[in-house]
Amino acid sequence: MEKIILFAPLVGAIISGFGWRIIGDKGAQWVATLLLFLACALSWIVFIGHDGTLQQIHILNWIQSGTLDVSWSIRLDRLTAIMLIVVTTVSALVHLYSMGYMAHDHNFKEGESYRPRFFAYLSLFTFAMLMLVTADNLAQMFFGWEGVGLASYLLIGFYYRKPSANAAAIKAFVVNRVGDFGFALGIMALFLLTDSIQFDDIFAAGPQLAETNLRFLWTDWNAANLVAFLLFIGAMGKSAQLGLHTWLPDAMEGPTPVSALIHAATMVTAGVFLVCRMSPIMEYAPEALMFVVFIGATTAFVAATIGLVQNDIKRVIAYSTMSQLGYMFVAAGVGAYSVAMFHLLTHAFFKAMLFLGAGSVIHGMHHEQDMRNYGGLRRKLPYTFWAMMIGTLAITGVGIPLTQIGFAGFLSKDAVIESAWAGTAGGYAFWMLVVAAALTSFYSWRLMFLTFFGTARGDKKTHQNAHESPMVMLVPLGVLAVGSVLAGMVWYGSFFGDDQKLNKFFGIPAHQVEASEAGGGEDSHGEGVVAAADELAEGDVAAAADAVTKDIEGADATEAGEAHAEAAAPDMAPGIAPVGAIYMGAGNTVIDDAHHAPIWVKVSPFVAMAIGLLIALWFYVWSPSTPRAFRDAQRPLYDFLLNKWYFDEIYDVLIVNPARKLGAFLWKRGDGGVIDGGINGVALGIVPFFTRLAGRAQSGYIFTYAFAMVIGIAVLVTWMTFTGGAN
Amino acid sequence: MIGIEHYLTVAATLFVIGIFGLFLNRKNVIILLMSIELMLLAVNINLVAFSSFSGDLAGQVFTLLVLTVAAAEAAIGLAILVCFFRNRGTIAVEDVNVMKG
Repeated sequence: MEKIILFAPLVGAIISGFGWRIIGDKGAQWVATLLLFLACALSWIVFIGHDGTLQQIHILNWIQSGTLDVSWSIRLDRLTAIMLIVVTTVSALVHLYSMGYMAHDHNFKEGESYRPRFFAYLSLFTFAMLMLVTADNLAQMFFGWEGVGLASYLLIGFYYRKPSANAAAIKAFVVNRVGDFGFALGIMALFLLTDSIQFDDIFAAGPQLAETNLRFLWTDWNAANLVAFLLFIGAMGKSAQLGLHTWLPDAMEGPTPVSALIHAATMVTAGVFLVCRMSPIMEYAPEALMFVVFIGATTAFVAATIGLVQNDIKRVIAYSTMSQLGYMFVAAGVGAYSVAMFHLLTHAFFKAMLFLGAGSVIHGMHHEQDMRNYGGLRRKLPYTFWAMMIGTLAITGVGIPLTQIGFAGFLSKDAVIESAWAGTAGGYAFWMLVVAAALTSFYSWRLMFLTFFGTARGDKKTHQNAHESPMVMLVPLGVLAVGSVLAGMVWYGSFFGDDQKLNKFFGIPAHQVEASEAGGGEDSHGEGVVAAADELAEGDVAAAADAVTKDIEGADATEAGEAHAEAAAPDMAPGIAPVGAIYMGAGNTVIDDAHHAPIWVKVSPFVAMAIGLLIALWFYVWSPSTPRAFRDAQRPLYDFLLNKWYFDEIYDVLIVNPARKLGAFLWKRGDGGVIDGGINGVALGIVPFFTRLAGRAQSGYIFTYAFAMVIGIAVLVTWMTFTGGAN
Repeated sequence: MIGIEHYLTVAATLFVIGIFGLFLNRKNVIILLMSIELMLLAVNINLVAFSSFSGDLAGQVFTLLVLTVAAAEAAIGLAILVCFFRNRGTIAVEDVNVMKG
């Protein structure tokens, strides 16, 4: 069944990509879409039937060279199951939606067949993404990683007649290469250190890595930190974190369904997935995790500020995606991997819906994307309006504070913020996220108010002809709306709310968490066990046993203590990978601490959301002239934000232009001057010179040749005489 | 008593005459052919002399082979000369420089 899930999209891609001439334009679309729905249905069966234990399904051997033994196999645990439903659900709905959205495209000439190609790319992307999430080793994951990069490139540049789309596609590809370079280095470092790239072996080696030093570049690094850092560089590129984010907004040049599928719900979350998947390494890399938190929090804030002033509806959502990805990284960085996955899941629903809704608006408004030309579309596009409304309520986090009732984003975002508070002791990341929550609320409501409320602006004719989208586009919106409302409430306990449920959900054995809880206790007994767990984590079984024994002797062991020692010893002995889809180290109490966060922390995201909503109402409903006045008053700030913190300009000055100049230099001087010049010089100068010289020796008279022969014989004979011939 | 040195001296003299005939001659291609024959004969004398003095018949057998080859070569060389004369109307060595680079 898992194999069908994995390969159905590939089959769809091949059939619709190569077979559309036979089965026709419509047939290709239906084949790709139906196969995706099949994969989606099976994924849900797998997800619901999954009991948290790890399954490895071997497909075929791949690379066997020396100690490197890589096979294609599916690693099915809770993380994979979650990603399976996210990827296949959104992908199936986007396929369906694309049938309506791509039906008539003014970027292509009449009679051109572009739809099968589009569906083939979408299916190819889905296959690569499934390959990524089901990988059982890093090589397989890297294959998927590059596969989604390729599909992303093809789809961003789908409108190949638009120069801007081509430029954006190349930019996405090149910026991702930077991250992939880090990822590849991380894989190589892991292979160097553990002699394997199988997840099981790597995870088992986590404690040893923390003890190892590795020389890299100019200095020694802690191996675990270095590996985690390098892998995170890869995640930064794919997930558009600050520094490597510039490709994501430009990627909006692609068709809107692509933005919804690739650049909101699935591909960009691959980085978060990677960090969570690598949790057994990450847990031993505290410095790298701090870096993750810092980058995540800063991204969440910066992207939200840029989102405030963008006018292109898709760009606002793009920056919103970037900001939400920052949230996920903060959660992963503080050690609350399940929370990161929770936000990933809910975000996939509501962000895909916001994008598809935006696509519906763009479709209805004849490919007008500037929000300043929208307004009052509530009545023209009623279904889209309600879908977008649900999406906005979800992303801004509307719910009843201090309960578990609310839209998807309310529960997951609050969980992230509480984890951030617990993980950083109320530090930088927490405040950044709370401010970003207010900004999120503001720009999301600004989008709603500008698009659906107020009076119609812009071209009158476009507004008169605005129409609601066809049913194939509205159905996906409806399904995603259900997800946006319910996803949070249904899975809150499993991801965050309830320790037991969480452990069962992710298949984590109970003692790992017990040990972590005991870490918070004050009695000496608990400390002994924690010490034991620590020492076990370092791979020192004997010392751990000593610590536990001392503890038992010193403080009258309870049964729990013995249970600890027994349960801990076999499971955490060196060489055995920790059980469970995610791994939380013995000292990792973030989720528990987050539950005990003060009331004001728990309410803060809601308050921030309310503030953002009120300001948006004030700016865009009650007094629409305020934004203009405010903008004129704060001109430098506005320009700063409108130009995206000048990241593109800085990169142009620092990297792009020097690279271009270097390229021009190498091209004109290096290639044109040295290589071409060298070849031309040899071919036109040196060779003819010697040719003339040799030509002059050819007199054509037989006696000259005879003379040369005789001289040659004389010289040879003389030489032989003097050197003694063959002797 | 006539020793091997005498034979070798005659052969060497003939060979050098052949060589000089080859590249001091500017007039006639036939003289070239004759010079070549002369050189081959010099070699033959060497072979026969050595064969006789070392009591090994192989050298004389080889001489017969060389004579045969020389005859064939002379025949082909003259045939080429005839063709050449028909085409160019001359066999002066100075005019035969079609191979000039």
